Amino acid sequence: MAIEGADIIKAAGLLGAGISMGLGAIGPGVGEGMAAAKACEAIGRNPKEAGLLTRTMLVGQAVSESTGIYSLVIALLLLFVV
Amino acid sequence: MIDIATWAKVAALVGGGFAMGFGAIGAAVGEGYAAASANAAISRNPEVSGDVFKTMLVGQAVAESAAIFALVVAMLLVFANAGENASWLNVSVYLSAGLCMGLGAIGSGIGSGFPAGAACEGTARQPETGGRLVTNMLIGSAVCQTPAIFALVVSFILMFTNFSDRPVNPTWAAILGAGLASGLGAIGSGLGGGLVAQASCEGVARKPECASTVTNVMLLGQAVTQTTAIYGMLVSFILMFKTFDPAGTTIAPAAALLSAGICMGIGAIGPGVGEGFAAQSAVGWIARNENATAELTRTMLVGQAVAESTGIYALVVALVLIFVV
Repeated sequence: MAIEGADIIKAAGLLGAGISMGLGAIGPGVGEGMAAAKACEAIGRNPKEAGLLTRTMLVGQAVSESTGIYSLVIALLLLFVV
Repeated sequence: MIDIATWAKVAALVGGGFAMGFGAIGAAVGEGYAAASANAAISRNPEVSGDVFKTMLVGQAVAESAAIFALVVAMLLVFANAGENASWLNVSVYLSAGLCMGLGAIGSGIGSGFPAGAACEGTARQPETGGRLVTNMLIGSAVCQTPAIFALVVSFILMFTNFSDRPVNPTWAAILGAGLASGLGAIGSGLGGGLVAQASCEGVARKPECASTVTNVMLLGQAVTQTTAIYGMLVSFILMFKTFDPAGTTIAPAAALLSAGICMGIGAIGPGVGEGFAAQSAVGWIARNENATAELTRTMLVGQAVAESTGIYALVVALVLIFVV
């Protein structure tokens, strides 16, 4: 079976896209969960500040999400552009 | 030149090794954790050593079930009639079924150990809550086992489906991808569900009067934690039951299907664990401060939803790889 160069490049791009998004989802998933865990702890200690704490949690999670979005962008580039 | 029947036999034996080798990790770690906690609990309160010992054994029995699933799959693979009418699809099926069950048992085995350990310590701290604590532990660890059961179901479907009318070239990769999506995807949810159940067992022991609230929020948190394992199973089902066009000698279509399985499988680990952290903390603090139950449940769900997002990206990329590319 003769494997052509263009075919193997396409295959590498597709595999790369899956690996990029798969591995890239680990960090944000765990990190955002930790942020939510600490927010719950803080609300448990001081329920009056629930609104402020939830807002801070969401901002922190949004920043932590960014690397997941980078992975998504790279995956989509590998799928459709490269 | 080695013929295809030999390769199929090799794949069945290697797959059996993967199933039991990986499948033994989780249950052993989880049961060891339960035993360590039981020892700590007995040293604190030796009078209730009998109750703690019973709780430990019940909890370990549940954690063991993930390894037993792996043993069943390993036995089926080792004694499979692999040489007959073998094709490259059989090679892929045996490897995939073994990897799926082996990897899928890791998270549930470790996760089920956490509630067992917390229930042992809780029994020593508050012996009078024993029955309620064991009930809560059993509910929590049963939910922890579901990702391993998803992996078992996918392994069985892989082993007992007749793929012989499908084109060999992209289908081998779809089969391998299906096993990886469910197997890897079960790790995070099993582990995360265990963290939630651990917090709820601690909570029931701390404040037995709010046991029902704690159990309810535990189930809610675990349900969200399980979603990424369900995405993994969904991708597996699509890969197993969709008939793909023959690809001749090109490898790009096969790479796309394998990549979809890897993407969803690995992508489900992080959100599963993270959502488990969020629910663990929420359930633990509900037991300490029951008045804040509404705020805690809301924040837990919002936090879990955000943590879920990367799992959804992985699902989207996997679906694009299957249907668009």
